[in-house]
Amino acid sequence: MNILSLLILIPLVTAIGILISKKDQTIKLIALLGSVTQLGVAIWTTLLYMSLRKAGATGDMLFQSTIKWFSPLHIFFSTGVDGISLTMILLTAMVVVAGILVSWKIVFQVKEFFFLIVFLSLGAFGFFISTDLFMLFFFLELAVIPKYLLIGIWGSGKKEYSAMKLALMLMFGSALVFLGIVGLYYASAAFGVPTWNLQQLSHLKLPIETQRVLYILLFTGFGVFTALFPFHTWAPDGHSSAPTAASMFLAGISMKLGGYGCLRVATYLLPDAARELSWIFIILASIMIIYGAFATMMQKDLKYMNAYSSVSHCGFVILGIAMLTKAAIMGAVMQMVSHGIMTALFFAAIGMIYDRAHTRQADELGGMLKQVPFIGTAFIIAGLTSLGLPGFSGFVSEMTIFVGAWEQTGIFYRVATILACASIVVTAVYILRAIGLAIWGSIQNKEHLKFKDASWSERTASILLIAGVVFIGVFPFWLIQLIQNDSITIFNKIYSAAFAI
Amino acid sequence: MNYDLSAVLILILPLISFIGLSLFGKRIKPELSGLIGSVVLVATAVLSLFVAYGYFFDFGKLDGAYVKHIAFQFSWLQFNENLSIDLGLVLDPISVMMLLVITFVSAMVHIYSMNYMHGEERFTMYYAYLSLFTFSMLGLVVSVNLFQMYMFWELVGVSSFLLIGFYFTKPSAIAAAKKAFIVTRFADLGFLIGILMLSFGAKTLDFFVLIERLTATGSPYLAGFTSTTFMGLSTLSWALLLVFAGGAGKSAMFPLHIWLPDAMEGPTPVSALIHAATMVVAGVFLVARLFHVFAVSAPDALSIIAYIGAFTAMFAAVIACTQTDIKRVLAYSTISQIAFMMFALGVAGWGEGQNEGFTASMFHLFTHAFFKALLFLGAGAVIHAVHSNEMKDMGGLRKALPITHVTFLLACLAIAGIPPFAGFFSKEAILSSAFEHNKIIFYVGLITSGITAFYMFRLYFRIFWNKAPHADGHNHEGHTWSMNIPLIILSLGAVFAGLIPFGSFISADGKAIELPFHLMFSIAPVLIGVTAILLAWALYGKKSELPAKLSASIAFLYQSAYHKFYIDEIYLFVTKKILFNLIGRPAAWFDRTIVNGMINATASGTVSVSESIKGMQSGRLQTYAMFFLGGILMLAALLVIKFM
Repeated sequence: MNILSLLILIPLVTAIGILISKKDQTIKLIALLGSVTQLGVAIWTTLLYMSLRKAGATGDMLFQSTIKWFSPLHIFFSTGVDGISLTMILLTAMVVVAGILVSWKIVFQVKEFFFLIVFLSLGAFGFFISTDLFMLFFFLELAVIPKYLLIGIWGSGKKEYSAMKLALMLMFGSALVFLGIVGLYYASAAFGVPTWNLQQLSHLKLPIETQRVLYILLFTGFGVFTALFPFHTWAPDGHSSAPTAASMFLAGISMKLGGYGCLRVATYLLPDAARELSWIFIILASIMIIYGAFATMMQKDLKYMNAYSSVSHCGFVILGIAMLTKAAIMGAVMQMVSHGIMTALFFAAIGMIYDRAHTRQADELGGMLKQVPFIGTAFIIAGLTSLGLPGFSGFVSEMTIFVGAWEQTGIFYRVATILACASIVVTAVYILRAIGLAIWGSIQNKEHLKFKDASWSERTASILLIAGVVFIGVFPFWLIQLIQNDSITIFNKIYSAAFAI
Repeated sequence: MNYDLSAVLILILPLISFIGLSLFGKRIKPELSGLIGSVVLVATAVLSLFVAYGYFFDFGKLDGAYVKHIAFQFSWLQFNENLSIDLGLVLDPISVMMLLVITFVSAMVHIYSMNYMHGEERFTMYYAYLSLFTFSMLGLVVSVNLFQMYMFWELVGVSSFLLIGFYFTKPSAIAAAKKAFIVTRFADLGFLIGILMLSFGAKTLDFFVLIERLTATGSPYLAGFTSTTFMGLSTLSWALLLVFAGGAGKSAMFPLHIWLPDAMEGPTPVSALIHAATMVVAGVFLVARLFHVFAVSAPDALSIIAYIGAFTAMFAAVIACTQTDIKRVLAYSTISQIAFMMFALGVAGWGEGQNEGFTASMFHLFTHAFFKALLFLGAGAVIHAVHSNEMKDMGGLRKALPITHVTFLLACLAIAGIPPFAGFFSKEAILSSAFEHNKIIFYVGLITSGITAFYMFRLYFRIFWNKAPHADGHNHEGHTWSMNIPLIILSLGAVFAGLIPFGSFISADGKAIELPFHLMFSIAPVLIGVTAILLAWALYGKKSELPAKLSASIAFLYQSAYHKFYIDEIYLFVTKKILFNLIGRPAAWFDRTIVNGMINATASGTVSVSESIKGMQSGRLQTYAMFFLGGILMLAALLVIKFM
């Protein structure tokens, strides 16, 4: 059996286990066990992958397998991974474990909650291992619906509105993606048998007119998931209404589905259009970065703050992909991982504070470092990662993007890069402001003196995520080794003149 | 024992101390953590001495000149074929000197803090942060790669942030920590863009390859860099000036100096270590590291640095004369002294007979570390005794704090440039190299050194004289051995450090030089210094109305200087009014109202469209029949028209 099918099987078995068990405690344990096993399998797969590569395995993707699913439309359940998708799988597995741990205290409809979370992760894992566009889309959709329910049922604030808005806007993105992949499918028919297969499609030289339309459709469609300006407004509302674990998934994983799609589908399959039209997305990315950062500066609600800052940080992902240089592409992948872990940590810390204080307004808090030192420290570490402190993952990914972007000469690219660089100052302003208001200072509300520091599950979740940002921040060469070749493959694809049919 | 290994240990030990104290600090007693931190730092100081001895007397020289020695280096983050962040450790004259200064002052501060910070709630974290700072600063000075330096640069910034905000329940400390970080971050933006430009032009991030490529005559990299100009300066000059902007931020050059006086909110030993002796000279060090490129390929940029330095030196000195918080006086004095180092680099050139400014600058950096750390630690002892930073709460303390008094006086004499104390030699070297290369800067420096002597002795007299000694003659220095020992050791440095033949160890190109020293030349600066001290005595030696009258007679100048020439207000205007109100608020509003409004409008538009057409699916058979009939009629009509 293929090792990749385990990545789908485990969440499936876990979900069934959750459905048939009765007691809340059993459900939580099953969910935790399943997600930890999944993390173990993800790490194992990565190590296996690296040893295969070291042994000289060639081919863009490894562990490939194909099962016929629906032959009249040439849909196959084909799977395969490269370094980039493995990185995303590791990220997902990690965030899922952490998400389950911070949700340990949930009491309301426990079974449904954990079922949906596991189901959501199933969609994400399936998405990252699929090499068939139809299956890719199928899993993308699987990952949307649970979010609606998670926010609508367990959320807070204007949850119905936010859930609906998020679901509709993501559906809109999916619709564009669907149009795009159907277009690819029919365009491929001109070369013989039509196909959904990513690798087969990558060998075709589609006419530039088709490429242009499809590129815009696909990039925008996936971009909606990554909070591409001006389709980012689901993010602040969605994140702030979502329960902690759902926020972590939404920002940590779901936004990465979009980034991965922009890179793997839109840019990789349509290189000519990418070279011609990526400037559009460079502009949008610059807007996301700077405008997102300035909008963040004015937020008082910590979740709104992190949501807007996610828009700004995901702008780096789009920028890296759209700059089309080796280092920038690599940086974009690194930024996806980095932002995924960092933002999960941020939302976890904010959630822990919210669970205790029932407010997320920075100016109503204060003195958290003194009262709940562990949570305060986790918040500060997330903040320092966000503002790109060396030693944490944000620094390496942002710098890689900057260096990569600087390789593109021409005043247009330079201006975009300098704007992106300038955001590190604004980031520092809003992060330090939040730390100064909420974490430092002294307790304002007498009630807050009763707070207890993080529980074991909250601690474990935070430590796992902190270990992630520190590991990448201190040993970036490990991650580079995993993704470098694949970034170069994509880069060469974009710039290769001759295409074999 | 192996020199390379010792050099690596110098770097690693503080890191281990940081990790250990921050992870396991809760399990051990606070006193023990202070002891661990101090012992580790004393060990690194000893190791630095050992490495410095090895470098200067054993293995550093090749063909009569000191050359760089790379202890280790590995590729940490490979961007592409050419560019990578390498982490490494280089020993060369300036980095070895910095190792000495940092570990030595840091060890003194660690020891001093055991008593000064005694009983603080987060005592262990304080030591952890101190160790983190020491590690980052050491990593900065031994960098082999531009990006490595930038990394440690940021780490230094954050440890400074954490230490300024150590008393994080105080709003003023929070504000000061934020300000320090954000102002230097803003400057680092210039540094970062400068790095990107340099790396793009030279196709490398390695310091030594970069320096070689940008200084060799006929180098293709250099030609590409200097061929385009913008506003009269070559691209290379712009890149270097942007890098300098980062240095100006850390080294508090005008107009990026505003964070340093506020940074005095941190514990006083921290001010001594970070905001006087080590971190704030990082900018000088950066320019010194790239000095070869500056001097050979961008002399125009170097002269801009010289003028900025000279202006800052005088500007800060004038403000220092009016401040009443003793730590702020010292902060402005630090700005002024660093500016001395900066313009000394600025007036220097490359080649024999041109480069003594480089040595003078490094010399002043070295001596300044001793006497400024001493001044801060002395001020700390004073503050510890009177529980106030304000001059008005002091006076007549010479009997109560005898050791502090004597050591403080020695440091004041050193900074005022009175022979034979340390500051005299280094300042003479700076002034004489300025005299040879740029007369305007020389006169600015000369006047400033007079002002320096004046405000330092104003400080000294107001703390230790001015009032009659406390009647009880009570000695406040009772149980503070851990505070007194560093004071005494540092005062030895302040007295004797100037006697080191600095030119034979440190020079721009590694070859020994003779620092110019003319007895006749020294007469003017010393005379000015002594006059300024006498003036300070006349005004502040005894309590009198004279200073108040004097400041009233030049009220405008005095008030402007007292308010630091309103630079803070200008910054506040720019950040609050422009960044927050003109960009931030509209951006947030625009997003919530316009962009989000459009999305909502699309949604509500869809709803209203469906509202208006939902009547068509009413379920009423009659309606359907009517549509059905109508359709048939229309089709029929179409057919008729088509086939008519």
